[in-house]
Amino acid sequence: MPLLEVNNLRTSFHTRHGIVRAVNDVSFSLEKGETLGIVGESGSGKSVTCYSLMRLIPQPPGKIEGGSAMFDGVDLLKASPEQLGSIRGKRISMIFQDPMTSLNPYMRISEQLIEPLLIHERIGRADALNRGIQILQEVGVPDAANRIRSYPHEFSGGMRQRVMIAMALITKPELLIADEPTTALDVTVQAQILDLVKKMQRELGMAVIWITHDLGVVAGFCQRVQVMYAGRIAERAATDELFAHTAHPYTRALQKSIPALQPKGKSLYTIGGMPPDLSQPIAGCPFVPRCEFAQEQCNQPVGLKSIGTNHDTACLRVQKGEVNLQQPEPEPAQKT
Amino acid sequence: MTAEFPTVTQHTDQVEAGHSLWQDAWHRLRQNKMAVVGAVFVFLLALASFLAPFIAPHSYEQTNLAIGATPPSPAHWFGTDVLGRDLLSRILYGGRISLSVGLVATAVSVIIGVLYGSISGYIGGRLDVVMMRIVDILYSLPFIIFVILLMVIFGRNIILLFMAIGAVEWLDMARIVRGQVMSLKKQEFVEAAVALGLRKRRIILRHMIPNILGIVVIYSTLIVPSVMLLEAFLSFLGFGVQPPMSSWGTLINDGAKDMEEYPWLLIFPALFFSITLFSLNFLGDGLRDALDVRASKD
Repeated sequence: MPLLEVNNLRTSFHTRHGIVRAVNDVSFSLEKGETLGIVGESGSGKSVTCYSLMRLIPQPPGKIEGGSAMFDGVDLLKASPEQLGSIRGKRISMIFQDPMTSLNPYMRISEQLIEPLLIHERIGRADALNRGIQILQEVGVPDAANRIRSYPHEFSGGMRQRVMIAMALITKPELLIADEPTTALDVTVQAQILDLVKKMQRELGMAVIWITHDLGVVAGFCQRVQVMYAGRIAERAATDELFAHTAHPYTRALQKSIPALQPKGKSLYTIGGMPPDLSQPIAGCPFVPRCEFAQEQCNQPVGLKSIGTNHDTACLRVQKGEVNLQQPEPEPAQKT
Repeated sequence: MTAEFPTVTQHTDQVEAGHSLWQDAWHRLRQNKMAVVGAVFVFLLALASFLAPFIAPHSYEQTNLAIGATPPSPAHWFGTDVLGRDLLSRILYGGRISLSVGLVATAVSVIIGVLYGSISGYIGGRLDVVMMRIVDILYSLPFIIFVILLMVIFGRNIILLFMAIGAVEWLDMARIVRGQVMSLKKQEFVEAAVALGLRKRRIILRHMIPNILGIVVIYSTLIVPSVMLLEAFLSFLGFGVQPPMSSWGTLINDGAKDMEEYPWLLIFPALFFSITLFSLNFLGDGLRDALDVRASKD
């Protein structure tokens, strides 16, 4: 049985400009100890998906319209506050994007760090503090025994993110949801944080959902990847498979946008146009307006379909075998 | 600003130690000379009023119609009122009422206002609408009538007077706190706290309220004077302190009536009242700066 099984999750925001379908019929599952990457640009619904699982969507305006998310026999989307209370922060933890604002400026690190322990486990303050110091050492905070008494403003961004990770891991969760935890950090610190999470994952054997817009991070870290666009899953596959046999034009466009993979001197590839307005219903593939392979038939409803072992795509033309994204592209005739 | 620089350097020196919030606040408060002066004045006035029975030169109720109203003299430093009562003694005794009504009523209103406002702001939604409409309704009630009603129902009791005033003064506090909490709850650390499995109660008490203390403190120092004035007004209507007992409010009221003939009857109580309010304002200002952990760092 998978650790987490999400089925037909739909989340929308009821705004003045209509209903924004931020997550539209998303299903996926996650095994124990597995690492899943969720990739997509801003507004693709990757964060909203995970926030829905944690029930962190502000309601109103947000609303989880339907679907289920089974975590060890409990439907997270329908769980009572008590059930949620015993899962959130204990069995599922979350790390947030911006470590500068994710810590309460008025509380000592020690107080915040051991808060999940005090809530979720029968443990005395002294023991909790010892566990806190221990985990701070593990996440690489130097002189943890003294620094645990500091306030957040006395820490740098990278150190704060380490504290956040320590906080998330102190209860030894089975699932860690990381919402772009390295975006706000320096590149060097990013690599450290990635290594740290990998190390902690090995030690605790937990599953990780890593939300990012950086395909590079995914390549080095995740076993499986799921690419999201306009609130839907565009493509998902094992990481190697996704890079070797890309099966959705959007995924390929994302890959082409990685600066490091482009020949020097060429102007940077960008995906033209804008993501679609999610408050308008989209019948067919949402990527049509920006897709170089789009045809009339792409405007008809399309779902995820398997095209190989553990490889699904939502591109109709790839499903039909009309488009092969592996073929070398024709050199654009773009000479100055 | 200049006063805070030493704090900054000290912090870079001792970053490892990790200062407690209160140590820090205390340190910063001491740097603020006006706040220290304010604190000393408030403390001295409170001490003098508290010790009034021991240090007052005369009885506050002993009339001496033979001398009547006399200007300040060695025997009566602040003069005497029309009934020949020693003004200094009356001011000292009056300070007990005024200061304690100021503190008790403010405390009551702060507690109600902060809890009410933070619950309303944090939970939001329909509950927020209902709670805030209740505040609106209470606002529109003539609150003097509310206080008078309370006095009529529960009888004339000085403690009740404090409570009643506190119970009508919390509305502004509730609104201010609600606004602050609403902007705070959008911050990521609150989301993080929810994700860690914290219950609403704990989030409000441990994460919300400490973050708004600065504003609560500064606003409380504004409530104190308005409460003291309200007490004077109620006493004037005959619902508060009754003669021969005095409060600063009643003394100022009496003094104002005879200010042309006996100006000292107005000047001295008003002086005490003003000094207290000034001191409280400076102290509150200093406290707000001192309690803002982020103000002097980063």
